[in-house]
Amino acid sequence: MVNTTTIPPGPPSIPGPPGRPGLPGWLGRLGALGARSGVLAAVRRSGHWVLIAALAALPVYYGIHDLTSGYQSGVAAGHPVIHHDLSKLGFNFAEGLSDGAIWALIAIGYTLVYGIIELINFAHGDVFMIGSFTAVGLWGPLGLGFSTSALGLAGGLLVTLLVTMATTGSLNVLIERVAYRPLRNAPKLAPLITAVGFSFILQNVGLLWRGGNPQSVADLIDAQHTAFTIGGVPILRGYLVTLAVMIPLVFATTWFIGSTRAGKAMRATAQDPEAARLMGINVDNTISLTFLLGGALAGAAGLVYALYETNVWYFQGFQAGLLAFTAAVMGGIGNVRGAVLGGLIIGLIQALSDSRIGPQWTEAIVFGYLIAIMVLRPKGLLGEQTREAG
Amino acid sequence: MSALPATPLAKLRALTGRLPAWWSRVLAAALIVVGVAVPFLFGSNGGFMNATIIAIAYAVMSLGLNIVVGIAGLLDLGYVAFYALGAYSVGWFGSEFFAKAQVHVLVNSVVSTLPGVHLNFLLILVAAALICALAGVVIGLPTLRLRGDYIAIVTLAFGEIIYVIAVNGQSVSIGGGMTLTAGNLGISAVDSPYFPGIAQFGLLDLKPWYWLILVILLVAVFVNLRARDSRLGRAWIALREDEVAAVSMGIPLVRTKLLAYAMGAGFGGISGAFLGTYTTQVNASQFQFGFSIFILAMVIIGGLGSIWGAVTGGLLLGYINNWLIPDVLNNLPSSFGLNFQLTQVEFGIFGFLLVITMVLRPQGLIPERRRRLELTSVIPAEDAQLGSEPEGAT
Repeated sequence: MVNTTTIPPGPPSIPGPPGRPGLPGWLGRLGALGARSGVLAAVRRSGHWVLIAALAALPVYYGIHDLTSGYQSGVAAGHPVIHHDLSKLGFNFAEGLSDGAIWALIAIGYTLVYGIIELINFAHGDVFMIGSFTAVGLWGPLGLGFSTSALGLAGGLLVTLLVTMATTGSLNVLIERVAYRPLRNAPKLAPLITAVGFSFILQNVGLLWRGGNPQSVADLIDAQHTAFTIGGVPILRGYLVTLAVMIPLVFATTWFIGSTRAGKAMRATAQDPEAARLMGINVDNTISLTFLLGGALAGAAGLVYALYETNVWYFQGFQAGLLAFTAAVMGGIGNVRGAVLGGLIIGLIQALSDSRIGPQWTEAIVFGYLIAIMVLRPKGLLGEQTREAG
Repeated sequence: MSALPATPLAKLRALTGRLPAWWSRVLAAALIVVGVAVPFLFGSNGGFMNATIIAIAYAVMSLGLNIVVGIAGLLDLGYVAFYALGAYSVGWFGSEFFAKAQVHVLVNSVVSTLPGVHLNFLLILVAAALICALAGVVIGLPTLRLRGDYIAIVTLAFGEIIYVIAVNGQSVSIGGGMTLTAGNLGISAVDSPYFPGIAQFGLLDLKPWYWLILVILLVAVFVNLRARDSRLGRAWIALREDEVAAVSMGIPLVRTKLLAYAMGAGFGGISGAFLGTYTTQVNASQFQFGFSIFILAMVIIGGLGSIWGAVTGGLLLGYINNWLIPDVLNNLPSSFGLNFQLTQVEFGIFGFLLVITMVLRPQGLIPERRRRLELTSVIPAEDAQLGSEPEGAT
């Protein structure tokens, strides 16, 4: 029976089946085992839920830990004070959300730029740093200090916010014009490399501007002062200011992208630049507008960061950039709502890790989550919106 | 297909094309002789010799990264992880760091009385290459089904995780009061290589170090050339150019990609091990993200995928970083009345170089032949498709 189904031999000119490219076979088998095994495939299929479970693991674990084993809040009369409630977790959440608001503002810039020209804009974190430096530099000339009245402070900070956003927005547009636009037809690596180049240049500008060490700045809003308490969780003034800047800006951005003509042009260019050009959209201007928007949001984040952390450093943009980029990927790159969600989640992970595991490990934990996302659900929580994703 | 523009390099190629077939071997032999004789020409010690040794070590790393990024087309932004693992191989297996252990294999009489693990340098090189190859496979596994930019992100994340572990390794106990790394304090007093009867390695005479790293570089170049032209190398290039087409022609995706990661990582480990023993200390602060970019810049400035480009880029940036900026030009700003040293802004200078190179010459200094063809003839054809008048195309 087998003989009747023999395949006729192919013409002699067709080469034999390409062999395995030599060298140790165990290596490939190891890889094949990992990539093809049913377990991994099953995990990949249900990646969404596995990822959500992984994200929920930290708060759930520490919540149960606090309720059962309790946590120490201080020492009274020689004995440690042990609590069995969730207020420490609540405090972690409050801190995480306001940290995350800063990362969310930066992440929107990453996600918009990636959506429209498919470039990881490595210089974006450093634009945020320049935003912080610009804002802090403006306080002196504007006469903002501890003795300024509340009304004067609010007005001064609003002026600072607008000027900082204009500065970083223009800077971002300038970088695009100089370093990315000439390379639009070059191999994809080329603009990535110039982005890294500009990141280094901006870091050194910051280094020469304010020196190599973190500098503390005036605590204008008294950021660590408790404004009010919800269920035993102190809400600090810094949190309120952060959210008061972030929430309107996020709504303004989504409105701008979703409802204006220019926003529509941005979405069209992100989907298909050639078709957008044929429809009469000025693609170059639209890309510049995207960089302006992203840079302005990074500038706002820079001001909030300086107010909230009360110190600035030339290297702050590097870590912030990596965290915010992780946030953008986590939410689904190209997706503005995803970037905000991702930013808040990264902030929560960071706050939990800072307070429970130790701040020196936070970066490794955030990056561990990043790799988990890449393995389990590369398109992010809310789905990516890029050309390749369709 | 229009003729290639007559750049000086193309003219040189046309000229060398007419020479007999054996000329390249003669040229290679002459270069090796000159290379071996360098210490006698420039003095065997001093800043220039030191910079040369480090620059050659960078060139070896650049060759390794070139396999991953240039030949196989997998953008790796965490290559510093392999430098770290290679250097820690020396720190772990060639110093008193694991003070509770007493292991001595083929080391000199002084070292064999010291506590700790002390292996012969050649064994350490093998160990470093194997550890890094394994780490390369581990880093490669999650990236197998990801597309370009996401590979970059995952490798970046791995590089940063390794850095965080290196910095905080002091608080990771591995039993017996010993820790994983020494963090920013660094593992110091690393053994020098021991090759009895061949050379005496010491701090005073840099010649043996130079010859050692030169031999490593020659081996690396040889392995790279043979690998690129082998069936494996062609499989890498095919995957880089079109993954779907390559896989449908029967190229095993998993094995081919993982071998690229493993081989690239191995060279990083070897070079890292050499740098660890040459600088006699392994300090976590050496393994920052910037170094990954530094190595990537060498590959890109040299010309992605080009082996001679990777060597040139490594040597060039190595000299700029270790000789030109700190020794020659460091006081330039103060002679203009500016209040900083050039070494403070060296990463800014690299950033500037990267931007300039990419904008003016995106194919790099010595582009790979295949990429040169792409960049000189394919893109004009695309422009023609987009509506502009085709020039000279039929």
